[in-house]
Amino acid sequence: MELLIMQVSLFVLAVILGVELITKVPATLHTPLMSGSNAISGITLVGALLAAGSGEVSGVWVSAIGMIAIILATINVVGGFLVTNRMLRMFHRR
Amino acid sequence: MSLSFVNLFYLASAVLFIAGIKGLTRPRTAVQGNLLAAIGMLVAVVVTLLNQSILSYGWILAGGVIGASIGVLLATRIQMTAMPQMVALLNGFGGGASLAVATASFLSTSGPVAPSGAVSLLAIGLTVLIGAVTLTGSAVAFGKLQELLPGNAIGFKGITLFNAGLLAIGVTIVATLTTGNGGIGLLLLLTAIALVLGVTLVIPIGGADMPVVIALLNSYSGVAAAAAGFIMGNTVLIVSGALVGASGLILTRIMCVAMNRSLAGVLFGSLSEEEGKDIDADEIYAGKVKSSSPEEVGMLLETAQRVVIVPGFGLAMAQAQHAVRDLADTLERRGVEVIYGLHPVAGRMPGHMNVLLAEAEVEYDKMQTMDQVNPHFAQTDVVIVIGANDVTNPMAREDKGSPIYGMPILDVDQARTVVVVKRSLSPGFAGLPNPLFAKDNTLMLFGDGKQAILELTGSLNEAA
Repeated sequence: MELLIMQVSLFVLAVILGVELITKVPATLHTPLMSGSNAISGITLVGALLAAGSGEVSGVWVSAIGMIAIILATINVVGGFLVTNRMLRMFHRR
Repeated sequence: MSLSFVNLFYLASAVLFIAGIKGLTRPRTAVQGNLLAAIGMLVAVVVTLLNQSILSYGWILAGGVIGASIGVLLATRIQMTAMPQMVALLNGFGGGASLAVATASFLSTSGPVAPSGAVSLLAIGLTVLIGAVTLTGSAVAFGKLQELLPGNAIGFKGITLFNAGLLAIGVTIVATLTTGNGGIGLLLLLTAIALVLGVTLVIPIGGADMPVVIALLNSYSGVAAAAAGFIMGNTVLIVSGALVGASGLILTRIMCVAMNRSLAGVLFGSLSEEEGKDIDADEIYAGKVKSSSPEEVGMLLETAQRVVIVPGFGLAMAQAQHAVRDLADTLERRGVEVIYGLHPVAGRMPGHMNVLLAEAEVEYDKMQTMDQVNPHFAQTDVVIVIGANDVTNPMAREDKGSPIYGMPILDVDQARTVVVVKRSLSPGFAGLPNPLFAKDNTLMLFGDGKQAILELTGSLNEAA
């Protein structure tokens, strides 16, 4: 229970932090901010790695579904960061 | 590596994400911010891979290689005009990944992702619900943006009630799962219901409201990741998911404010609100619309001193951003001041126009926001509206009965002359006629956006 309360606190504080961080964003950066933050939400990859790598104990289904999760999350992470970088470099060129 | 070491590294990557997002909010630090966030991700992944609880690497390697290849292909091949689709797709994959993680966790009986107690089970249920809604909701948004699905609102009477019913069933199943009753069958039923819910939530929302929907789905993908974090008590998932959830929510709010609509209105009102009275387009346009030619507009531009270009979704459709930039260059060589006036919801996603113009190497300080550009329309000689409609519709200012009344618009009609480049008089997403087209100081330049702009530049060059 204590652990849960600590985790909920973390969640709430992170939401507040997020709101404070992002209140003022120029329109130019709305799209890169979305794709960049989207790449960050690919952090679920960590959970996917743990599932896919859990080995024999959990059975083949867990590994297979874990692998699907890895594929989706990796597209999200790699695609998200790369395309954000591509966009931002255009803004930066001058 | 011991668990506390792992958690310290997770903390480091969470800090990098925070620094990264902070960087992404300022043009000067954005590239660096993105890089910091990517490093944060790398740290989290490497630390997880070194974790003792990972026993086999085969599945991981296969998944990683496939995912990374697709990611690289998408990111390097996608055209800037298709950015909204790309973001919709990425949102969906994020949701889908969290959904898969939750399902895998539910199936495992021991090991690092196995659920422990009611909290994990509750988190699994919520992750499945949110993740699946994000997955199919984004797929529908992608379909609409890619024009695989019709862009207008699709649905049936009572779809809101239907959705409420689905959600209620979903929540009941989540509660049942939490108590430990129910097996994989119930989880699959929950998945199916949530997948349907994602479709029926987004399909009744029209194309004009897509910026709000994409921002909201962005937020959902973050919340799904945070919920997945609660399954295995993983702090870095909880923190980063929460950050993304918050950022998506704020963008959603910015978009709603820019359209003067409530979030509830966007999500549930698109079918019910806009039915009812039909405004007769013929009556507004009859005999008052003046069609013009590139030569005539060219002559106007020759004597202009200040020109404002107002782009909309039509610019993206016609891929006209480079042509517009050429026209602006030609004008500037003749000593004309050229400014771009950007409405916050122009295009199909937040910041869509900025990205397109940046691709055409338009300078950052020439793109002005609505608040910057509106006070100066009265001193503007020519406004060129390209593929924008609803964001210039004076009904929003003048007609209290119109559905868009109160939406902040670009006051282009205050300029000396307004040139509207458009394929026809067809209405925009809001389905309304635009009295701007019938104003005395408005000239219509009918045709494909890119072609029309090229001809305009041509006629200017001939005159020179």
